[in-house]
Amino acid sequence: MTGWMVPWFRWSARKPGARAWSLMGPGLLFLLVFFLGPLAFMLGYSFMPRGIYGGVKPGFTFEAYKTFFQPLYLGVLWRTVVYSVVCTVACLGLGYPVAYVISRAGQWKNMLMFLVILPFWTSFLVRTFAMMFLMRDTGLINTALIGMGLIDEPIAMYPTSFAVMLGLIYGFLPFMILPIYTSLEKLDHSLLEAAEVLGAKPWERFTKVVLPLSMPGVVAGSLLVFIPALGSYLTSDLLGGSKYDMIGNIIARQFGAGNNWPFGSAASFAMMGLVLIAVLAYLRTRDDAAMGNA
Amino acid sequence: MAGRTPRWLLAIAGAVYVFLHAPLLVLVAFSFNSSKYGASWEGFTLEWYGRLLERADIMAALKVSLIVGLGSTAISTLMGTMLALGLARHRFSGRTFVESLLYVPIVTPEIVCGISLLILFAWMKLQLGISTIIIAHVAFNISYVTIVVRARLEGMDKNLEEAAMILGANEFVAFWKVTVPQLWPGIISGALLAFTMSFDDFVITSLVSGPGSSTLPIVVYTMVRKNIEPSINAISTIILVVTSVMIYAADRLERRDAPQGAR
Amino acid sequence: MSGPVVAFRNVSKTFNGSKAVRNISFEIQPGEFFSILGPSGCGKTTTLRLLAGFESPDDDGGEVRILDKVVNHARPYERNISMVFQNYALFPHLSVEQNVAFGLERRGVAKAEVASRVKAALEGVRLAPETFGKRAPSALSGGQRQRVALARALVLQPPILLLDEPLGALDLKLRKEMQYELKQLNRRLGITFVYVTHDQEEALTMSDRIAVMDNARVAQLGSPAEIYERPRTAFVARFIGESNFLSGTVVGFEGGQLRVRRDDGTEFRAAATEERTDGGKVHVALRPERLRFVPPGHDADGNALPGKIKAVVYRGEMLHVRATLADGTDMTAAMSNEGQLRLPVSWKEGDPCLAAFAAEDVRILEAEAS
Repeated sequence: MTGWMVPWFRWSARKPGARAWSLMGPGLLFLLVFFLGPLAFMLGYSFMPRGIYGGVKPGFTFEAYKTFFQPLYLGVLWRTVVYSVVCTVACLGLGYPVAYVISRAGQWKNMLMFLVILPFWTSFLVRTFAMMFLMRDTGLINTALIGMGLIDEPIAMYPTSFAVMLGLIYGFLPFMILPIYTSLEKLDHSLLEAAEVLGAKPWERFTKVVLPLSMPGVVAGSLLVFIPALGSYLTSDLLGGSKYDMIGNIIARQFGAGNNWPFGSAASFAMMGLVLIAVLAYLRTRDDAAMGNA
Repeated sequence: MAGRTPRWLLAIAGAVYVFLHAPLLVLVAFSFNSSKYGASWEGFTLEWYGRLLERADIMAALKVSLIVGLGSTAISTLMGTMLALGLARHRFSGRTFVESLLYVPIVTPEIVCGISLLILFAWMKLQLGISTIIIAHVAFNISYVTIVVRARLEGMDKNLEEAAMILGANEFVAFWKVTVPQLWPGIISGALLAFTMSFDDFVITSLVSGPGSSTLPIVVYTMVRKNIEPSINAISTIILVVTSVMIYAADRLERRDAPQGAR
Repeated sequence: MSGPVVAFRNVSKTFNGSKAVRNISFEIQPGEFFSILGPSGCGKTTTLRLLAGFESPDDDGGEVRILDKVVNHARPYERNISMVFQNYALFPHLSVEQNVAFGLERRGVAKAEVASRVKAALEGVRLAPETFGKRAPSALSGGQRQRVALARALVLQPPILLLDEPLGALDLKLRKEMQYELKQLNRRLGITFVYVTHDQEEALTMSDRIAVMDNARVAQLGSPAEIYERPRTAFVARFIGESNFLSGTVVGFEGGQLRVRRDDGTEFRAAATEERTDGGKVHVALRPERLRFVPPGHDADGNALPGKIKAVVYRGEMLHVRATLADGTDMTAAMSNEGQLRLPVSWKEGDPCLAAFAAEDVRILEAEAS
């Protein structure tokens, strides 16, 4: 099995470039064909006339983009951005304290981190279902409220925009905690002592030392929440409904009942455009921060 | 350390932990509740788990999920590990391009990834089924495996392979006897994460699966859409347990015997 | 065997257009303790890596020879050498025994022999095999890891052992101990040691010969005494030990001595082997222990440059007296401490003095290659 490997290792030992590319070749090829390739295809589809039973017909048209830039869909786009911003801000407000507490938790650190990592990786579908299960008419929340005599009739907690935003926050909160924790963890505690010796009060130590030094984590976390929130589909599908559509739902529908592939492709690119703006803004702030530190 | 952590911060953190975990705990608890509707506890039962076994669609979906999970994990782990080896250890031009390419799958929304693949498969006239799901899962998993393995590689002492060669090992033996044994935890934890993501994924899978190739999450989604019933809690609990065990193992592997770096 | 074990012939190595090693040549004799000394970035590590086989010379970059064979492109495992790394590079996934056995196994040595040789090697570096054999490297102290690394290299009984700053991570006391021990091993085993270090004291203590490297070149090659007492360039004079520097214009040559006039008009003499043309510029170095300060009017019996005392610095076994000459040049004289509590040195800041030194102690420096 290893017959050809020995000569390959020897041959490539003095050719780092050749070795690197031959190791990376299969993976890169796969990503080119099955990730970048499809994105390029999608771009092409967005400029073609729609086929009658899905797919496209040959030709070139801006029809799909014209459809997208109608008030109806621009409204959906706006709603998507609003939900995502609210979700990001809420995650920041909830996530920063958690990350801060973990970073100072000593021997409990690993366990507390694991409890954040766990929901990070567990099924988004199952977690969204868990929210539905709690919030439904016969769910624990309504039952408890009725049992306490606070309400007589169950509150219809979903489909509402509140439910969608809560679902998004619940889904993406770990994405905020992890990077902030990482930057807080790197923070040298002697800096805080130095600040204290120099007369900084607790609040000032936080605003003048901790917060600025954890900004890279805050920015990265915000990006990690904002991007998947923009692209989310499942949350608004299950906890919302057509009244609370986000772009993801519009896109998915074009490949199902709507059967308008060019329009779905165009909407996808609108979404990718927003993602790109977010990423570029992130790179910008990160480079600025790097310059500031230099 | 300057000062203790204020109480109100601890309170917020505690509340967030409850927010993160209570819904899942409730979900799990009610998978053992004999009440079919409502939120009252009417006794412990395993009935809902028993019912899962009787349902052919769920058993078939479990089989599909396992095939897809194992297949896509094997491919993405191999490719991702090789990518990490190429990226971490060598000087070459084009590094920035490769690194940007690796981040594309991470920032691309799932729905976009799914429909773009759907368009490609339609154009290629590929029958949607297990193979298309595997391709899709490999496409979004490679980057994650690469990142995990590369982190491990970068923590490793670069002199070790050189030391092995000075002691008489050729390049292959040095790689096999020195680098690979230390890389294993990284490779395995990358594989565990890849399997978890494959096993959990709904959005992409639902777009590229065909008739007869529904995975577990697709069946769960259909059930949720139809009617909320305790069987969903049972199947969700199974998914949760599988992924939690995987994540726990991956987490341990990443922490344990981390290689001693070059200081 | 006769002839050098290692020879570098006009070796050059370029990385991304910049020369890491520029046309260096030297030979190392069997059994020698040979040190390559220089500041970081001088090319000493590249030189060692060229010898180990981790790098190859440029295509037109001369020859590296080991045991009379050209090895420019031989892989590390094809060279008859062993090496101790700066960070020890012990395999963290193998026990101490397995680390030491690694090289023997690659050579296909029989199992029983491996076990006995590993045991002997560990004993040779004074680590009890019963206590340490099964431990993981991470469970050892820095000094113990160092010994394991040494045992792992020596168990192969190589004719040549490369050591890349092996003592850098140890504390001072342990370092002194290991210096002595390494020297003993070199003598006892008859293995040629090639030792890379930036620590001049370490090199002086252990080496038979030293190659001082600066700016990708060998600045000077010689025994510790030659390097210290006859530095060829200002770099060597400054890097090894401390030096005072003077310069001036040649105004005469008589009795084997140059007469040098400094810019402020004062003159001194410097022993020279060859005549220099009048009007040529010269730079000289003078070790602090070869310089004395005497009161003005004192018969200096040699060179005497007027100045003012600046400071007396207490250094334990030595005292450093610093003075400023009329033109602002600082000079330092080292004198042995005769007991400052009993018999203090009488110099005080501002005292006028003469800097006195013999013409024979002045080293005329060569211009440095750039």
